[in-house]
Amino acid sequence: MAIDTPAQRPPKPHLTPLASENSSVSMQPTSGRGPGTVSVHGGEYRSKPGDAIPDPIFCAATYAFDSTEELLHYVRGESEREEYGRYGNPNERAVERKLAALDASEDAIVFSTGMSAIVGLLMAKLSAGDEIIFFDQCYRRSREFCLKHLSRFGVVTHQVPTGDFAAMERAITPRTRMLVSESPTNPHLTVIDLEQFAAVGRAHEVETLIDATLATPMNVQPLKFGVDYVLHSATKYLGGHNDLLAGVICGSRAGLESVRNLRGIMGGINSAHNLYLLQRGLKTFELRMQRHNENGMRVARFLEDHPRVERVFYPGLQSHPSHQVAARTMHGFGGLISFLVKDADWQETARVVDAARIPRIAPSLGGVESLIEQPLIMSYYSCTPEERERFGIPDNMIRYSCGIENAEDLIADLQQALDG
Amino acid sequence: MKFRTRAIHVGNEVDPQTGAVVIPIHLASTFRQPGAGKWGTFDYSRSGNPTRAALETTIASLEGGCGALAFSSGMAAIHCVTMLLKQGDHIVAGCDLYGGAYRLFHQISSRAGITVTLADMTDIDAVRGAIRPETRLLWAESIGNPLFTIPDLAALAEIAHQRGALLGVDNTFATPVLVRPLQFGVDIVMHSATKYLGGHSDCLGGTLAVSDPDLHKQLYFVQNATGAVLDPLTSYLVSRGIKTLDLRVREQSASAMRVAQWLAEHPRVKRVLYPGLSYHPGHPLAAHQFDQLFGPMLCFELHADFAQTAAVCEATELFTLAVSLGAVESLIEQPASMSHASYAAEDRARFGISDGLIRLSIGLEDVEDIIADLQQAIARVFSSDGRS
Repeated sequence: MAIDTPAQRPPKPHLTPLASENSSVSMQPTSGRGPGTVSVHGGEYRSKPGDAIPDPIFCAATYAFDSTEELLHYVRGESEREEYGRYGNPNERAVERKLAALDASEDAIVFSTGMSAIVGLLMAKLSAGDEIIFFDQCYRRSREFCLKHLSRFGVVTHQVPTGDFAAMERAITPRTRMLVSESPTNPHLTVIDLEQFAAVGRAHEVETLIDATLATPMNVQPLKFGVDYVLHSATKYLGGHNDLLAGVICGSRAGLESVRNLRGIMGGINSAHNLYLLQRGLKTFELRMQRHNENGMRVARFLEDHPRVERVFYPGLQSHPSHQVAARTMHGFGGLISFLVKDADWQETARVVDAARIPRIAPSLGGVESLIEQPLIMSYYSCTPEERERFGIPDNMIRYSCGIENAEDLIADLQQALDG
Repeated sequence: MKFRTRAIHVGNEVDPQTGAVVIPIHLASTFRQPGAGKWGTFDYSRSGNPTRAALETTIASLEGGCGALAFSSGMAAIHCVTMLLKQGDHIVAGCDLYGGAYRLFHQISSRAGITVTLADMTDIDAVRGAIRPETRLLWAESIGNPLFTIPDLAALAEIAHQRGALLGVDNTFATPVLVRPLQFGVDIVMHSATKYLGGHSDCLGGTLAVSDPDLHKQLYFVQNATGAVLDPLTSYLVSRGIKTLDLRVREQSASAMRVAQWLAEHPRVKRVLYPGLSYHPGHPLAAHQFDQLFGPMLCFELHADFAQTAAVCEATELFTLAVSLGAVESLIEQPASMSHASYAAEDRARFGISDGLIRLSIGLEDVEDIIADLQQAIARVFSSDGRS
């Protein structure tokens, strides 16, 4: 058969069609339906292989073609299907469709971690001589990647004070390609006015990225405010069980095309097992987030009223500087809280952490199990006191990630830890 | 600690060697021992496995028992209970017994010379009348299927114990979120973990929980000797599912109540079987035994023939046509053609399983979406035949 022979027959229907527009197998209907319905059914086919209710786990590293003819169809772009595991996998596509549905985006790309996701996006979007601007409360490792590593490839990184849009505009040059912020930020829970953030980007024709890991699509969908890309560490609320690592970037299909191509080359993908656990976690996403939001609010209020607490950082509290913006733009305020123990040095603060019996002392957040940590020790131990002062990390700060336990239990436990 | 907090933390202690905040999946089939003839906590995975033990610890806590055992399926768990019996022993079981248990008692246990009598578990006199001197086991379901009968657990326990028998209760439909049967004096509580405990339609498993250490020992002996244990991967997935059990069952029960109330008002609906409805015969007992929740399962009967009822089930767009229950996805089925098709037609009629009956397992979708789907499915079938 000559290589240029036109196809004689259309490819046979694939067991797991990839394109949602494929008419032979319909998607679960989720358009216009509630977030609980989207969590359970979003991005999933109505009929699955073997008529199973959940998706099977496709461990296959590679995918067979029936004939050279079928392969030719594929390489000519006449059919959409799997080829090799690094370029795509049915479990990956199912999770990506669900995440896109939850974030109201056209497309989503999952990576092996949140860091792998932001690195994938920035490597795809930035070239030597380009510039990127961060609000300075962004995740330390993201900024570190730009300052220490992208700089080696000639990318220039600027940092401006979080929420200072005037400073951000002043820092924009003709080579600026990306504006980056987190919202809410960690551990100060500063909420960014996303409309203004997107407007600055549009006015200067610079793309915008929001790390919305702490908010999740349940509490805010940044694309609706005109932001170009949303990043989540799916390790946190999306996976939700403290048992997987993953990251995702959501955005337009056109905007993400180069990111998808680069991921296929860099290879920061997930195993099918991991993707299945992520999809399974997402089934209870709405339910868990309702509880995280409720527990966050109740624990924050309890802490604010406690005499041993100097200050609480939680955007649901009126005392938080971002409360107005948060109340206007977010459906809920999440499960992460930071607070300062009144008149406590680092040892007294550590004693409160150690006295808490329900949360485990561990980094990360967003799982069903509550976690507690002292940022001074967990993440900023190697910094100088001056650096910590600059980052706003006092010795008496505690970060608490509310799980989905009963709020009464979390509060009683914090009470005994603070009173002890 | 409250139920939900225990569901997350009991049995999920931090791994002492690594600090991991979730239990590791121990695939090991065998474990190194401290010395020849000296045994560590775990020796061979059929006899005990750390991941399975973690799940068993959680189940025991949630059911308020002293111990629990995890099996490869719900039937394996029930089978283990029947293995406590011997030739000549007798079982009294509910007349709306799960078909798999019915088959086990009548076709497997019977081979060992064990006999079974079915009785209406909601009729204490009938149960008393069915008990014989050789009755060793009473077997009930905390919510019967598909008519949602509710037995009086404390009364059954009292009769069983007066007559020297054990009372076993299948708590699959109700889950420990609604009721902890051991608190009412029940001896053995059983679950098909495939349903709400796992909760995601992706595990098969069964559990037993007891409050008597001696009974635990006897059941463990049978489990270890017969070998139908739950594998470590599934044990992990069930443990993971249990962390959201309380949230799921509460949400699904609240949705089921709204669906039941909506169906009760629908002109095409003849009757709704849901213990949360005040006119359901089991309602007073359910209100007493359950924690203000009535579960995610319900049935309703249409003014419809067999074919129309099947057509309604097939016309849903959000529901999946499937037996089983307990999933995050809503499931729909017609008992007459699916879950209870093996019953003789006259038995179906006798037990009230009419051709117009539809069983729903309410999932985690938005309740508005669930109701809208039922509405369009009923409307579609009855507008096409021109009778509505």
